[in-house]
Amino acid sequence: MTEHADAGARDQSQLTQKRMLAEHFDALAHAKERGRKIVYTFVPGNVTELLGALDLLPVLPEINALQSGMRGRSVGYIAEAEKAGHSKDVCTYVKCDVGMLRSGNIGPTGQRLPEPDLLLLSYTGCFTFMKWFEILKQEYDCPVVMLHVPYQTEGTITPEMRAYVVSQLERNVIPALEKVAGRKLDMDELARRLDLSARAEEDLVRVWESARHRPSPIDGYFGGVYYVGPIFSSFRGTEEAVRYYRELRAEVDERVRQKKGPMTPDGEVPEEKYRLVVEGPPNWTSFHDFWRMFSKEGATVVSSTYTRVGGLYDTGFRHDARRPLESLADYCLGCYTNLGLPARLDLLERYVKTYEADGFLVNSVKSCNSFSVGQLLMLRKLEERTGVPGGFIESDLVDPRYFGKANIENRVQSFLQMLETRRRLGPGAPLPERKEARRSLPVLDERGLP
Amino acid sequence: MRSVIGIDLGSTTTKAVMLDEQGETLGFGITNSRSNYEVACAVARIEARTAARFGMLERALAQDGNARVWLGPLRDAFRLELFMVDLADLRHTIEGHLAASQRPDRKTLDAAAAHVLDVIAAGAADGFLGGAARRSDFFRDIAGAGFVAEAEALARSGRVAFEPLVALYDRAILDVETRLRPRDTRALLDRALDRIRAMPGAAGAADTLAWAVAHVTRQPIEEVAVVGTGYGRQTLPFPKAAVRSEILCHGRGAHRVFPDTRTVLDIGGQDTKAIQVDGRGVVTSFQMNDRCAAGCGRYLGYIADELGLGLHELGPLALGAKKAIKVNSTCTVFAGAELRERLSLGQRREDILAGLHRAIMLRAMSLLARSGGVRNELTFTGGVCKNPMATRILRELVDENYGADITLNVHPDSIYMGALGAALFSLDDLAAGTVPELPSFVTSHGTEVAS
Repeated sequence: MTEHADAGARDQSQLTQKRMLAEHFDALAHAKERGRKIVYTFVPGNVTELLGALDLLPVLPEINALQSGMRGRSVGYIAEAEKAGHSKDVCTYVKCDVGMLRSGNIGPTGQRLPEPDLLLLSYTGCFTFMKWFEILKQEYDCPVVMLHVPYQTEGTITPEMRAYVVSQLERNVIPALEKVAGRKLDMDELARRLDLSARAEEDLVRVWESARHRPSPIDGYFGGVYYVGPIFSSFRGTEEAVRYYRELRAEVDERVRQKKGPMTPDGEVPEEKYRLVVEGPPNWTSFHDFWRMFSKEGATVVSSTYTRVGGLYDTGFRHDARRPLESLADYCLGCYTNLGLPARLDLLERYVKTYEADGFLVNSVKSCNSFSVGQLLMLRKLEERTGVPGGFIESDLVDPRYFGKANIENRVQSFLQMLETRRRLGPGAPLPERKEARRSLPVLDERGLP
Repeated sequence: MRSVIGIDLGSTTTKAVMLDEQGETLGFGITNSRSNYEVACAVARIEARTAARFGMLERALAQDGNARVWLGPLRDAFRLELFMVDLADLRHTIEGHLAASQRPDRKTLDAAAAHVLDVIAAGAADGFLGGAARRSDFFRDIAGAGFVAEAEALARSGRVAFEPLVALYDRAILDVETRLRPRDTRALLDRALDRIRAMPGAAGAADTLAWAVAHVTRQPIEEVAVVGTGYGRQTLPFPKAAVRSEILCHGRGAHRVFPDTRTVLDIGGQDTKAIQVDGRGVVTSFQMNDRCAAGCGRYLGYIADELGLGLHELGPLALGAKKAIKVNSTCTVFAGAELRERLSLGQRREDILAGLHRAIMLRAMSLLARSGGVRNELTFTGGVCKNPMATRILRELVDENYGADITLNVHPDSIYMGALGAALFSLDDLAAGTVPELPSFVTSHGTEVAS
């Protein structure tokens, strides 16, 4: 995220974010000498307010991996992890992280990241998270505490699910954090931080909702990954985050007033020609090339699900100081990665309709089973429900070997031209009913030919 | 006559389709793709214009059956004349390279190359006019095969080394194929007519043919709109507005030929596309291979090379299979190794080939399923649809997976569907009054002299 600010035109909020992140990584680099304790945890289901209330500093391995991808380091880190025995098929975030730690753990600002005092395994729908911290436990030889968040198969949070998460917070997570911090949790401080979280969340939601305007003043995917930077990483529940989101919201409001499209690394999008909803994480190693494939065609992403993996706020959830542990539980349960297919479909349908999207695109990443499973089915179902055409591309998070630029660009252009043609001619007659394949994949057989 | 052109720059071949303003086909043109995309497009376009001229000849001779039977021989003689022009260019280029060379064996090579080219030239008439089917119409293929065969014969005699001699061809053909030369269609047709006149029994028809040639070549063909597509389209020397996605073009072209089709499978040299279209030929969804081109045309090309066969021989050979041997390798190179291993185990070549074809079509079935399955009619396009074993296995797999009532369309001109779709988009541009600027190889009229 710090990289982007160097790449092109910047808003004031971007400079603010860059400064915040630089200060955070500086604090991490000097943590040990200043006697501060370090907790590694994951973006989805991160309980940053709890860490902050105990003066613990978080490190988020996925953020390190994506930063390494953007800085062109991931290919070397992945090779390093493969040298250490990790299969080609392992999630590339994991391999990038392992390779980075084996290469000296140098963070995005060029400073060394501190080793963890505790691994807080917030488990929210991604099975790989468990394996990831198993590996880190071996590498660092430090304690692990797990927060098991039950999967929202049906798309609803039951009282039992909430109680289960709260009980883990009370019995396992908070005691483990207190032990590392060497002090008791101050519930008033936690409540204060949750209040700050809610204020930042409110402004972020207004930013997302600005995409209802035409042109949309934001890109809710390529630009959106920057907007979620502070709130997904270490700044939820801080004054800095509240200031950042207030500043961002004011900038976006001003863009709406001036009827301006989103800012990209190449400047402003001159004309909004297509409004898209995107499902799936972006590719980080060719992030700007990827973005440019859309921006140069006048395609703006009005909403995306990836920007909800670290917290889903635009369906009404806010952190709540009056019910601190319950709202932390609801936050963890509600992360996009923790939603079953029906709930993901509902959310996508809502985005397509609310933001009046012309098309819906899936970027299916090779690394991520939990994201990719079911995406083709989602594509078809969403087409049926909304009548909006879907497109499908494939890449990876941080392994550049899986980003075929020509192939992806071919598909993106074909998809956009398809939208254009359909827009010009109007929606066609409904397609004839499709025969379901008797077997979705024919098996190889050695039978004789007739 | 006003016309529009669609050009499909594929990884193996470049195709052009010319339509009149009513959308009727005037001519198809094809050439091998090459490093200079502009030349590839220009040659395909000239070929389409040539085909359009022959179409006009057919119409001009519609009432004269006696003369019309000579159109086939005239076409062969025309191709022969064209070949001789290219061969002269090849000779000139090799001579130029040798003249600039400091090699001590320069004179020996010069004499050897001259001999090889003389032999090719002497045998050309038989190759074109003998009535035998040609493996390829592309100059590079015909001249290259002849050159290698003669160079081998010379090398066996011990008078010259094979490698440096063939290297002369390899270097010169690159220059020959990337040079844009005008084609004087009228002059070529006149020389072809001379050959027809010399043929027994042609005397009565020759004057009518000559009249028709003079009449037809006087009519101007004006190209008013051009659209390009294909994998090389990003680098096409076209304005951006004149470039369309190949997926849209293939869907549209196939739908034009088979209006009831809702699913199109295109297997080209390096990619496979499964496309769904609506009742207007507009694409509604698509899937294509990603990162790996195993299962595309090049896979078959590689296997043909491994077996020392021509690409077009694979399918017919595989049809002789008694069973399909299971091929496990999903990678082209590994499949080649598996092929050698199975041959060494004594398994029949036909059976292994059947397995390889099946492996390709299974990959295609997976893409079809991902794109939304097969609805009522499936149209198979792209270079691989010319392979009879590929179509046979596709039919079986479609029966197995979607039922025997699905219509499977394969058109003899399926390879042109992308270019046809591009030409239809170009007609749209014309109708909408939004024709982009024409590419320079169309506007610079030096590329075809009609009279």
